[in-house]
Amino acid sequence: MASTMLSLVSAALPLQENHKGKMNLGSSDCSTFLRKEKRNPFMKTKSFGRINMAIAVNTSRFEGVTMAPPDPILGVSEAFRADNSLMKLNLGVGAYRTEELQPYVLNVVKKAENLMLERGENKEYLPIEGLAAFNKVTAELLFGAGNPVIEQQRLATVQGLSGTGSLRLAAALIERYFPGAKVLISSPTWGNHKNIFNDARVPWSEYRYYDPKTVGLDFDGMISDIKAAPEGSFVLLHGCAHNPTGIDPTPEQWEKIADVIQEKNHIPFFDVAYQGFASGSLDADASSVRLFAARGMELLVAQSYSKNLGLYAERIGAINVVCSSADAAARVKSQLKRIARPMYSNPPIHGARIVANVVGDPALFNEWKEEMELMAGRIKNVRQKLFDSLSAKDKCGKDWSFILKQIGMFSFTGLSKVQSENMTNKWHVYMTKDGRISLAGLSLAKCEYLADAIIDSFHCVS
Amino acid sequence: MQRTRMMIKWTHDTVRRRFMSTSAAAIDWWNHVGHAPKDPIMSVTEAFLSDTSPNKINLGVGAYRDDDGRPVVLQCVRDGEAKIAGTGFLESVSASVSSKLVEESVKLIYGKDADFIKEGRFAGVQALSGTGACRLFAEFQRRFYPQSKIYLPIPTWSNHHNIWRDAQVPGRTFHYYHPDSKGLHFAALMDDIKNAPDRSFFLLHPCAHNPTGVDPTEEQWRDISNLFKVKNHFPFFDMAYQGFASGDLDKDAKAMRIFLEDGHLIGCAQSFAKNMGLYGHRVGCLSVLCADAKQAVAIKSQLQHITRAMYSSPPVHGILLVSTILSDPHLKELWKKELKVMANRIHRMRSTLRESLKKLGSPLNWDHMTNQVGMFCFSGLSPDQVNRLMKEFHIYMTYDGRMSMAGVTTSNVSYLANAIHEVTKFG
Repeated sequence: MASTMLSLVSAALPLQENHKGKMNLGSSDCSTFLRKEKRNPFMKTKSFGRINMAIAVNTSRFEGVTMAPPDPILGVSEAFRADNSLMKLNLGVGAYRTEELQPYVLNVVKKAENLMLERGENKEYLPIEGLAAFNKVTAELLFGAGNPVIEQQRLATVQGLSGTGSLRLAAALIERYFPGAKVLISSPTWGNHKNIFNDARVPWSEYRYYDPKTVGLDFDGMISDIKAAPEGSFVLLHGCAHNPTGIDPTPEQWEKIADVIQEKNHIPFFDVAYQGFASGSLDADASSVRLFAARGMELLVAQSYSKNLGLYAERIGAINVVCSSADAAARVKSQLKRIARPMYSNPPIHGARIVANVVGDPALFNEWKEEMELMAGRIKNVRQKLFDSLSAKDKCGKDWSFILKQIGMFSFTGLSKVQSENMTNKWHVYMTKDGRISLAGLSLAKCEYLADAIIDSFHCVS
Repeated sequence: MQRTRMMIKWTHDTVRRRFMSTSAAAIDWWNHVGHAPKDPIMSVTEAFLSDTSPNKINLGVGAYRDDDGRPVVLQCVRDGEAKIAGTGFLESVSASVSSKLVEESVKLIYGKDADFIKEGRFAGVQALSGTGACRLFAEFQRRFYPQSKIYLPIPTWSNHHNIWRDAQVPGRTFHYYHPDSKGLHFAALMDDIKNAPDRSFFLLHPCAHNPTGVDPTEEQWRDISNLFKVKNHFPFFDMAYQGFASGDLDKDAKAMRIFLEDGHLIGCAQSFAKNMGLYGHRVGCLSVLCADAKQAVAIKSQLQHITRAMYSSPPVHGILLVSTILSDPHLKELWKKELKVMANRIHRMRSTLRESLKKLGSPLNWDHMTNQVGMFCFSGLSPDQVNRLMKEFHIYMTYDGRMSMAGVTTSNVSYLANAIHEVTKFG
C-alpha cells in the first residue's frame, strides 16, 4: 500500500521540517534512502537536472503489495503434485477421475469437438449474452423444455464463465439493484462463494446447514436462520449434491424451505454445479429448482458445465433469472449484459458450442445421459465400497452410513482440521482441511487404504 | 375491538397466504430494473444483422473481414487447431501452458530480449482478452490505490469508461484528438498531463488509437514519456492492435519500448482478438512491470486472487491456440505474414476510398483517411450524417463517425464512397 511505503521511508529518514509532515517519494529528501537501492539497469546516465526523475522510475508504486492468501482448494492439488509418495491420493479438487484415476474427456465432447473442427466455424465475437443456441439448451436442461417460465419468456438467461462467472454476474446484479440486501449462504459452503460476494461488495451471512453430530442436515437450524434473516434476503441454495458436505434436503424438506422463503419474501438463488452428478439423472437433479419455479417464485440459478460435461477448463455456464413477466426478464437480461460488458465484453465461444452441440443433438444428448449415469454410478460404487471397508475395519462400531446417504462428488467425513492434516501428513491423502473428500478422485482399488487412513485419523488423532 | 383486530389480521394473513400460493408470482422483484442503454458498438451490429438490404455494409465493430466481406480464420490458427486437436485433457490451464502464453505475450510487446523478462521482474497473467485485462488492472488499481483515478483520452474506446467505473475507479479525461485537424492535439495533451496531480494513472493506446486512428509520432512519444517521468505518472497501455497499425509487430510496440528505455515500470493489457482473429476465444494478457522478482510474485498472486472471484480461471482453448502459435517458429512466421496481409488490405481500402471520394469531387479534405492508422477511420461525419447513411444507404457505423475500415471491400467501396459523398457534398 502507498501508506506502507511512506511509513517505510519515514522510518528510514529523519523528519524534515520543511516538508510539512507529508512525505513525497518524488522529492529530494528520499534520495539518500533510495540511492542505496539497487541501480535500475535501464537507467540512462543522462541528467535531467532533477533528482526526483531518476529516483521515481526506480521505485515501483506497488511496493506495498503483499502475497495474496493461497486458495485453499487449488492449493491442495499443488501440494499433491509436490508429494513423491507412491501411496498418495488426491481427494482435493472436485474433478472427476476414472477408476484408473485419470482425467476423463467425455466421448460426446470429443464428438462435438470433431464436428466443430470439420465445420471450421469462425471465431467471431459472441453477443454479450452469449451463444443463443447455448442459452436455449441450457434453460431447457434446467427447467425442462416446455416449462411455463420458458414458454412465457419469463426467463433471462445469460451465458457466463462457468459457475463462478455466472455467480459473479448475479452478485453484481444484486449489488446494483438491491443495495444492502444480504445473501444467506450455508455453513459450510464452497469456499469461493464468500470471495465472490466479498469482491462484488454484497454482504452475506450464514445459515446453519451441517450438523456435525449427525453428519447430516441441521434442518431446524437452517429453517430458523432463514426465518430470522431480514425480509428480502437472497438465499443461496445448492440445487443438488451440496458442496462440500454432499448432504441434500429431502423433497419434503425442499417444500418447507420454499415455504419459509415465500413467507419471508426472500429470493431463492440456486447454485447448480452438479446437475446429473448427484443421482445420475439430469431431470431428477433439477427437481429442487423446478419445485420452486412451479410455485411461481422468482428465482436466480447459476449453472456450470465444468463437472457434468467435464468442460472444466472451457469455463461454460449460465446465469438464469426467473421473473414474473416477460418484460421484467427482458430488462433484467439487459442489465446483466451491462454488467458483463465491462468485465469481459462477451463470453468465450468454445465451451458454448460444445454444450450446444451435445445438448441440442438428440443422439449426442442421449449418449451424454448414458455417460453421466456411468460417472455418477462409479461414484456410488465407490461410496459403497468405502462404506463397506470402513464398517469392516472399524472396531469401534461408528456409524459410517452417512457416506451412503451423502450424494454427489463430495463427502464430509466429519474429520477435524487436525485429523485432516493427519490424513495428509501420515497417509499422503490430500483433502481440504474442513474434512471434505472428493469421491471423484477415489478408485475402488484405493478404498481399503483410505478406510485405514480415515479410521486412524478419526480414532488416534484428536 | 380486539375481535375486529383479530379479524383484520386473519383476513390479511389469509389473503397473503392465498396470494402467495397462486401460480402467478406474488412478488415482482425486478420492477425497478429499467432497460439498460444499448452498448453503442454492439447495437450497431444488431441493427446491421436485422437489415435485409443486399447493399448493407457493417462498419461498426472492429472485426477484420476479407475482401469478400467474410470473417477470417487465419491459416496459422487453423494449423494451430489441428495441432492441439485431441490434446491431453486439461482441467484448468496447467501452469506450464499459462506461463508459456504469458512469456510469449510479453516478449511480443516488450521485445524478446528485454532484461526484466529474463529476470522475472514482471507479473503476468492471462486475461479475458483486452476487456478482461483492463478490468483486472482496474480492480487491482482500486485495491491498492483506492483514492486514485484513471485518465482516459478524449475520445477513447467507449468501454474503457465502463470498465473503470464498474471497478469503482473514477474517470478523468485528457485531450487527445483535435477535431479540426483530425489529428493529435499534442499541446493540449501535454498540458493535461502536466496539470494532472503527480502520480496519476493514465491509459494510453500504444498504436492504432481506437476510435480515431491518430497516433503520436515517435518524437511525441518521447516527449510524453519524459513528462511522465517528471510527473511520476503511471502509464497503462491498452495494446489491442499490435501489428495492425503498420503491419510490423515491433514497430507497433515502439511507444512501449520508448517508455521502457526511459525506465518506466508500466502496465499493459494485450488482446489477441484482432491480430490473431481469436475474437470469441477471449485471449489476452495483463502484465505489470515490477521492481524485482519477489514483488512480481506478490502482484501476480493478487491478480489471481481477483480473477478467482470473477471467473476462477480463463478458458483454455484460446490460450492453447495462442501459446502453440507463438512458440512454433513456423506458425509464428506464418502469423506475421498473415498479419501483414490484413494490415495491407486495410491500407489499400483507405487509399481506395479516399481516391474515390476525390474523384467524386468531394468538397471535404479526406487526408485523415490515410493519415489515420489501424482498423478505424474517425471520419468526422456528424451523427445526422451517420444516421442518413444508415437509413438511406444501409451503412452502419457508430454515431461518433468511427468507421471500421476492415468492413470495406473492393466490391463495396464505390457504393460506400457514393453514399458518403451524398451525405457530405453540401458540407
